[in-house]
Amino acid sequence: MTTTDPEPTDRVGADADPQAAPDRVPNGDPLLQVTDLKTNFTSDRGRVQAVRGVTFTLDRGKTLGIVGESGSGKSVLARSIMGLMPSNATRTGSVRYDGKEVLNAPLKVMREYWGDQMSMVFQDPMTALNPVMRVGKQITESIHEHLDVSKDYANESALKILQSVGIPEAKRRLRQYPHELSGGMRQRVMIAIALACGPKLLFADEPTTALDVTVQAQILDLLQEQQRERFMAVMLVTHDLGVVAGRADDIAVMYAGQIVERAPAKTLFSDMAHPYTEALLQSIPKLEMPNHTRLQAIGGRPPDLVNPPQGCKFSPRCPYAQDKCREVEPPLEEHGTPGHAFACFYPVNSPEGAEALARNRSSNLARTNTTDPTAVVS
Amino acid sequence: MSMVSNYAGLEPEMASGIIHDDISTETGDGVTKKKVPFGAYLAAAWMSLLLVGILGAPYLPLSDPNESIAGLQEVPPFQVTDHILGGDSNGRDLLARTVYGARVSMEVAVSAVMFGLIIGGALGLLSGYYRGKVGNVLVSLFDILLAFPPLVLALALVAVLKGDPASGKGLPTVVILILALGIVSIPVLARITRANTLAWGQRDFVTAARAQGAKNSRIIIREILPNVLPAMISIALLGIAVTIIAEGGLGILGVSVEPPTATWGTIIADGRTALRDSPYIVFVPCIAVFLTVLSLNYLGDVVRDRFDVRESAL
Repeated sequence: MTTTDPEPTDRVGADADPQAAPDRVPNGDPLLQVTDLKTNFTSDRGRVQAVRGVTFTLDRGKTLGIVGESGSGKSVLARSIMGLMPSNATRTGSVRYDGKEVLNAPLKVMREYWGDQMSMVFQDPMTALNPVMRVGKQITESIHEHLDVSKDYANESALKILQSVGIPEAKRRLRQYPHELSGGMRQRVMIAIALACGPKLLFADEPTTALDVTVQAQILDLLQEQQRERFMAVMLVTHDLGVVAGRADDIAVMYAGQIVERAPAKTLFSDMAHPYTEALLQSIPKLEMPNHTRLQAIGGRPPDLVNPPQGCKFSPRCPYAQDKCREVEPPLEEHGTPGHAFACFYPVNSPEGAEALARNRSSNLARTNTTDPTAVVS
Repeated sequence: MSMVSNYAGLEPEMASGIIHDDISTETGDGVTKKKVPFGAYLAAAWMSLLLVGILGAPYLPLSDPNESIAGLQEVPPFQVTDHILGGDSNGRDLLARTVYGARVSMEVAVSAVMFGLIIGGALGLLSGYYRGKVGNVLVSLFDILLAFPPLVLALALVAVLKGDPASGKGLPTVVILILALGIVSIPVLARITRANTLAWGQRDFVTAARAQGAKNSRIIIREILPNVLPAMISIALLGIAVTIIAEGGLGILGVSVEPPTATWGTIIADGRTALRDSPYIVFVPCIAVFLTVLSLNYLGDVVRDRFDVRESAL
């Protein structure tokens, strides 16, 4: 996330490919630099603040995992960066792609980027593929859009890319319609379409949510493999910490349209600081838990983004919350480990946090939920 | 105890019966292709017959449709072997008039609906895709056109398009009819297209196409249109039927093709004076219209079922 990542990465990065690196990295700018991005939607109820000031950088070839529950603004963030917005959306801040400002760039300019430079894999391959167009056609369409190549060459490329995403009998599949393929195959086709023009930045918007659990890992492995081969940066949006656990270089946890914690993946899991991150992790059922253990849900609901509460947006649901949290919004700042930033006054595993938790428990002020499994869940 | 054993004894049979049923329906739905219904062959036969009549009228052993034959005035069908469908009030051969009338009627109806489909379809796609100001303006236009009773609108359009008869110039009557009936069909076709475009335009694959850098024109034509087309064609086939009848309406009002040229509409218009004594004069073209409309709709459904590759069709 930060350009000076102290964590040695076990992935193939710029350093691992010294020959290709220089011309792949034409300047010192990070591939994607997002600064204070805000996205609002005008609706009948008022202004919906879907993304409320997000800042991060993503380097070439790296993976950033964006994690958060439904309605946290993670999908909107991905679409805001790419610029795939409905007409009632307004965006402010800055999105620099390869050193160039692309936020609110004219549609004509963005079209040059879409598909060619940045691309997106959608959540549900059932709806994201055109039901009446042959698979091959859907792949070649974007090749023709961006590259001035012959029909034969485009068909040849489509066949190759379909083979590379692990589709058996690729030649026959090119002539098929989406409904003739299984869910996993469709998502592979979706990935093939997204990769057809060789983008440098791929947004994967919950790419496995609509898929069978057994296929999820295959698709994620495929994405990772393609990423390595193509030296592509990936922004992996998911609600599942488990999906990003072994795959992301950095993880950003989003809540109510903001990043509340971001850190290199290992740091986040070993040394999480934000109570929301902790709650997310605790909500994952574990194998070693006895049968019929009650799942640890996070009590309450995400805040209303038309009228967000004052102070920390997580405070109404937070077992650590103090009066200060309900009045002042904590800033996202780096503490301790470089690259590890979080927005909390009473972080987990800190003396302040422990004290706050103890105080809440003793005064029975604990709000809707606590981290104690025996506590009454409202 | 006996009840229990009875129950236990019955259960496997019941269970196997249920399972067997499940399997058979599943394979029935999943594997076998849809059979072409028998009616489709009848419809195809009628349309072929009509096509032969339309294309081959001059080469068929038919009488001159405009020639009055002595003694054939108001002769009912199946009385005279040479003139199987009998004659109208002027002694003109009804079979010949119906066949020649089919040429004009079908030409007008098909062309008018094509015209309406192209213009209305394009406007519907645009208004459904660009939902802002463009869409609202177009929808208001459709509403204004729809507010007129269709026949009155067609009549007004014919009057306007005909221009000043004294000048002697102007478009041929058939072209005027096509334009007038075509314009009348625009709002209906446009609204159907728009409704479908609204639904399909919000699917993820449209966003996905945008995310690949597709231009709006390409999204409309290549992504949305193929999905909307089946609905458009279904309505257009119905539109042909309505247009044949509307042309008849204009014929009754005397603004269709000039006599003595036969169309299904003008045959009905001519025959209505003799409706009490010789109703068959009106029935013959009416049956032709009925069979054509029925066949078109039937074939339209069959074609759609066969070639719809979407999930919902399975």
